[in-house]
Parts: sequence; C-alpha cells; structure tokens
Amino acid sequence: MPAHREPELDGSVSTAATDRDGSGRDNAAALAGLDALQSRGGQSRTAAEIFRTRVAPPVVALLAAVMVWQLVVAIVDPRPDIMPGPLEVGRQIAASVADGTLPGALATSLWRGLSGFLVAVLVATPLALLIAQWAGLRSAVGPLITGLQVLPSVAWVPAAIVWFGLSDATVYFVVLMGAIPSIVNGMLSGIDQIPPQLLKAGRVLGADGWRLAVKVILPAAMPGYVAGLKQGWAFSWRSLMGAELIAIGGSIGFGLGSLLAQGRTVSDMAIVLTAVLSILLVGIIVELLFFNPLEKRLLRGRGLLAR
Amino acid sequence: MSTTTNAAPAAASSPAPEAVIRLENLGKTFVAGDGPVLQGLDLSIQRGQFVALLGASGSGKTTLLNVVAGLEDPTEGSVSAPAQGAAMMFQDAGLFPWLTAGKNVELALELAGIPKADRADRVQELLELVRLPQVADKRPHELSGGMRQRVGLARALAQEREVLLMDEPFSALDAITRDLLQDEVLRIWEVTGRTIVFITHNVSEAVHLGQRVLLLSSRPGRIVQEWDTGPWKDPDSYGFEASGQSREETLDELTRTITHRLREEIGRHARSSRT
Repeated sequence: MPAHREPELDGSVSTAATDRDGSGRDNAAALAGLDALQSRGGQSRTAAEIFRTRVAPPVVALLAAVMVWQLVVAIVDPRPDIMPGPLEVGRQIAASVADGTLPGALATSLWRGLSGFLVAVLVATPLALLIAQWAGLRSAVGPLITGLQVLPSVAWVPAAIVWFGLSDATVYFVVLMGAIPSIVNGMLSGIDQIPPQLLKAGRVLGADGWRLAVKVILPAAMPGYVAGLKQGWAFSWRSLMGAELIAIGGSIGFGLGSLLAQGRTVSDMAIVLTAVLSILLVGIIVELLFFNPLEKRLLRGRGLLAR
Repeated sequence: MSTTTNAAPAAASSPAPEAVIRLENLGKTFVAGDGPVLQGLDLSIQRGQFVALLGASGSGKTTLLNVVAGLEDPTEGSVSAPAQGAAMMFQDAGLFPWLTAGKNVELALELAGIPKADRADRVQELLELVRLPQVADKRPHELSGGMRQRVGLARALAQEREVLLMDEPFSALDAITRDLLQDEVLRIWEVTGRTIVFITHNVSEAVHLGQRVLLLSSRPGRIVQEWDTGPWKDPDSYGFEASGQSREETLDELTRTITHRLREEIGRHARSSRT
C-alpha cells in the first residue's frame, strides 16, 4: 500500500491529489486521445434530406397508385356505381365536405377513438404494472389477456348492444375491449425484456420496491410500452369502425363507420370509398404524426436505432 | 447485513481489527443436488485493501460478490460486511440507456439520499475524477466501452460505500483501453481510499492491480492460495532489492507462478471428471 495515500470517504475528492503521482500512472493525455478516437459524432439530417428520404417516396407511391386506378377505370370502363374512378370519388369527397357530413363524421369518430384510447391507457397501465409485480395474478390472468387480444373486439358488439342498447356506451365498450389487452400485453413484454443487468444495477444502487419500479422498471420498459400503445391505438380505431358499422341508430352519433354503412345501404360505391379512404387516412396520419416520431425518438435516445 | 448460521467463537477467529469484510466457512448452493457453488470459504479483507480475486469461469466469483453485496444470502456460514451494502461495477457497465451519463451518476446520488441541491456539483466532481468532465450530457450509447466503464465507476463511487466490488469490469475492453483503465483504477483507489474487491480471470491484471491475489478453485469455489504483492509495489519497501531482482522481474515471476497454479487448479477438474 502506498504510504502517502489518504482515504477520503467523506466525499471530498480533490482532483489536485490525482496528479501527485507522476510515476507513469498519470495517463490523462493517453486517455483523452483514446476518448477522442472512440467517440462517435452525432449525425443530423437537413430538411432537404428528410424530404428526399421520408416524404417524397410515399407521396410518389400514392400518386402512382391513383394513376394506376384511373388507368384501370379508363380501360375497363366499369359501372361508376360499382367501381368509380378517382375523379368520381374526389367529387364525392368534395360534396361530403361541402354538406358537412364528412367533417362531422370524422370529428365524431376521432373524438371517440382518442377518448376511448386515453381511457384504455389509464386503465391498462396500472393494470399491467400490477400484473407484472404479482406473479400469481400474472399466471392467473395472463392467458386470458392474451386471448382477449386475439379475439376480434367486434365480437363484443352483440353483447354490448344487449347490455347498453344503441348508445355511445356500446361503442366505447367495444373500443376498450380492443385496446386494453394490447396495451397490457405490450407493457408486460416491455417489462419481461428488461436486461437483468439493469435490474441488478438498480438494486445495487439502492433502489427498492416502488423506487425500483419508478426509476428503473418503468423507464426500462418504455420501448415495449410504446409498442403496446401503438398497437392499442390501432385496435381502438379498428374496433371503433367495426362497432360503428354494425351498431347504427339509437342515440349513437354518426361516425365514419356509419358513413360506410350508409354508403352500402344506398349502394353508392363513391360514398363507401370516401369513408374507407378517410378511415385509412386517419390511421396513417396518427401513425406518422404521433407514434412514429415518439418511437423513433425513444429508440434513438437509447442507441437502439441504426439510422 | 450479517447472516450467521454457523456461529464460531468470535474471539478465537477474529483477525485484524479493521476487517471490513469477513466471510467464515461460507457456502452457497443454488439447487440441492447440483453441489455447492461456494464451500468452506474463509476470507477477511482489511479496510482500504485492494484484493484481486482470480479464478476460471464457473468458480463462483460473481456469486461471491453478490453475497458480499447482500444481493444473495449464503446457504452456509457467515458474512459480515458493511450494513449499508457495497458499490458494484459490472462487466458491461450497466448504465441506464435512457439517462445521460450525468443523470446516471445523479441517480446514484439521489438513491443514496444526497439532497438535490448538492447533486449537480458532485456529479461534475465525480466525472472529473474519472477524467470525463465533458460527457455529462451524452447518452451511454454515444460513449465508447472504456468511457462507459469510467462513467460506471463514477456512478459506483457516487454511492459513497466503503467497499467497491468490481466484477470483471475490463474483460470486454480492448487491450489498450484495459491497460489505461487499470492504471486509472489504481489512481482512483489511491485518491479515494476505498476497499476494492476486483474479480478477473486475467493473471497479469490480478498481479498488476491487487495487493493480495486470491486464487479461487472451481466447483465448489474456495480460496486455494493467496499471494501478497504489496511489498513489491510499495515504493517505500526495499524487499525486492535484496533478492537481486528488479520489481518488474519479480512481478513477472509471480505472474508465471500464479498462472501455473491456476492451470493446475483447472486441470484438477479434468482428472476428477474422468473418475
């Protein structure tokens, strides 16, 4: 043991003392050089690059699809009420926007989808944490939750109509039955996939009980949780459209699914396609504007994304 | 933490007064029938010592550290270690990927009960101690393996524990980085005066770092031999001059001796498995 070593357990670490020993141990310069060699610089993209790699390709693909559609309609020339071309559908969309049907249906469905999804998040998150903490509960209800996730939630529509009648409660019930199992399962798999080393590090640092849950388990399970949220939203939206399509009338408001059902009833393919395209568009927009950036940011911050 | 299932007369077996860690007749069996991982292990470590624990894979080195850290209970014998537990460093640093380097160190301070107002300065001090004052805002994946280990070291030091356990912290690093970090650990040991237990399977690393080198046998793990390298490293000790060898020669010879003994110990398993 070197003779002139002074224990400083009280925490006052003097950096002056570190250079005291000049006997080849002071390798600050070598270390600094190594750090510089091994550090990776962050790469940032310009707006033009983002446009070229992210925005342009899907726009081009979409335009191409519409052109093929128009071309097929022009060549085959089907009955416009059975297979309308993009121009007729465009006219129908413009008319539905002008008379307020489409914006109204869109607003009704979006509100239901989002509020139902938020309620599902509020129910599923604590439920998942509880199940994860308690092994007995997990082995009891785990298979049931997985089963519910596989069960198409539209299967609940008849039961919901019997219980709640033709009211908004029916629609919300179906949405919750679709979204909650997905979010719970996403979070559970997020917790399962936490590297054991991180949990050990947390315990060594003195995190116990709820501090371990809040400071280590929750943030570590984030990627799985967000994947579960994303899937939960998709299930919410699908379940909602299924419910609106089947349960019509009563006190249920007029949503996109109802518009779809209306188009079928009056055998107007332009209305049907207007509704289908709107439902698709909402799905794409929510994904692109919300979940995609959230997920990318999360994964990139942890070095889990190559690009 | 103190588990006593096999109480020995305290006066008879009590070694030097300043022992921070004392293991007596320690045994650990995970699955009954599989045989013990550790058995009859006696070890006493004085305050401020740097102990290198050497053993082949499967010698229960990590289990031993877990027991000392209080993460696992022994199935036999007694452990006495600081009640507050021990700080620990891992092979892969174990930094939290969602926190920056600075926040990783700060979380250790927070969990150790340091008030918020004092944390920022302390984080900076600790990062300066491991010579990484500039990386506080970087995420772990933006750092090299060696830098991550130094942040891990800063985080372990943030805990203000008397004992620092290091579980093969450099075994995944390249040779150049490992050489430099070995000297960094020695420097930080001298500055902070911590008691360090360092696990390795690299004989020269053990000889270079440890004042004591302990050789652990495998299945069951127990300490089969111990070498004291302290006198050869202390600049105030002239012991090695009398032997007519230089310090380097002496340490090289010790490395060869220990390597030979380690191979003997591993070879014993080949013979015993054939019978």
